Amino acid sequence: MAERPEDLNLPNAVITRIIKEALPDGVNVSKEARKAISQAASIFVLYATSCANNFAMKAKRKTLNAGDVMSAMEEMEFERFLQPLRQALEAYKKGQKGKKEASEQKRKEKKNITDENDKSRDEEEDEHMDDEQEGENEGEEEDAWS
Amino acid sequence: MSEKTMEEKVEQATNSKNVSLPMSRVRLIMKSSPDVSCINQDALFLTTKATELFVQHLALSSYKNGSGKETNTLSYSDLANAAEETETFQFLTDILPKKILARDYLKSLEEMKKDDDSL
Repeated sequence: MAERPEDLNLPNAVITRIIKEALPDGVNVSKEARKAISQAASIFVLYATSCANNFAMKAKRKTLNAGDVMSAMEEMEFERFLQPLRQALEAYKKGQKGKKEASEQKRKEKKNITDENDKSRDEEEDEHMDDEQEGENEGEEEDAWS
Repeated sequence: MSEKTMEEKVEQATNSKNVSLPMSRVRLIMKSSPDVSCINQDALFLTTKATELFVQHLALSSYKNGSGKETNTLSYSDLANAAEETETFQFLTDILPKKILARDYLKSLEEMKKDDDSL
């Protein structure tokens, strides 16, 4: 799948919102400035990824982890981000844990319902089997007589 | 108009736990980097969040540093100036070049040619 240049850009609406929230109320942003910030953000991702990947490779790991990203921020001299990032990550992990527990709970409940359905079906089958056996016994008795 | 409604405040509170930028798009950009194989979910979240912080930081720094305060507008030149003058933004100088007037550029070309001729 070929990657078109547009796919490596971040959505304009979200970028604009973040810019507006950062600036004092009533400040305008030129279209050119918005576009430039959006491109700068994509470059930032690439730069951060490349930097973080270096840390991972040094540790002989193939998977980029949270620690690598934090080390990259320090390397890039964005120490100001470290504290807010740590807090955000904690909140994120808590949220993920909550979601996971909620979906596991749902899965358990679903399993219980399905188990109950199977159980009642088995009981009905047992009843039928008993009737058949009684029929067979009667047949044998008759043969014995003749 | 700048006052937030109750709904927006609630949305912002829940958003502060998550990110506004789409993590799927950020992952796409990360994967386009050579030698990157796997990305842990926490790493993806951090990169996305860091990018948001970066956008805020770039916008605000450029505005404070630039001449936009008089015009109440953040312009491209504010960003280009920030890229050149601020150390942490120097990796952006290639994509945020300063603009010069065409006539100034042509003038400097002529001067360079004159220097070459006199050699």
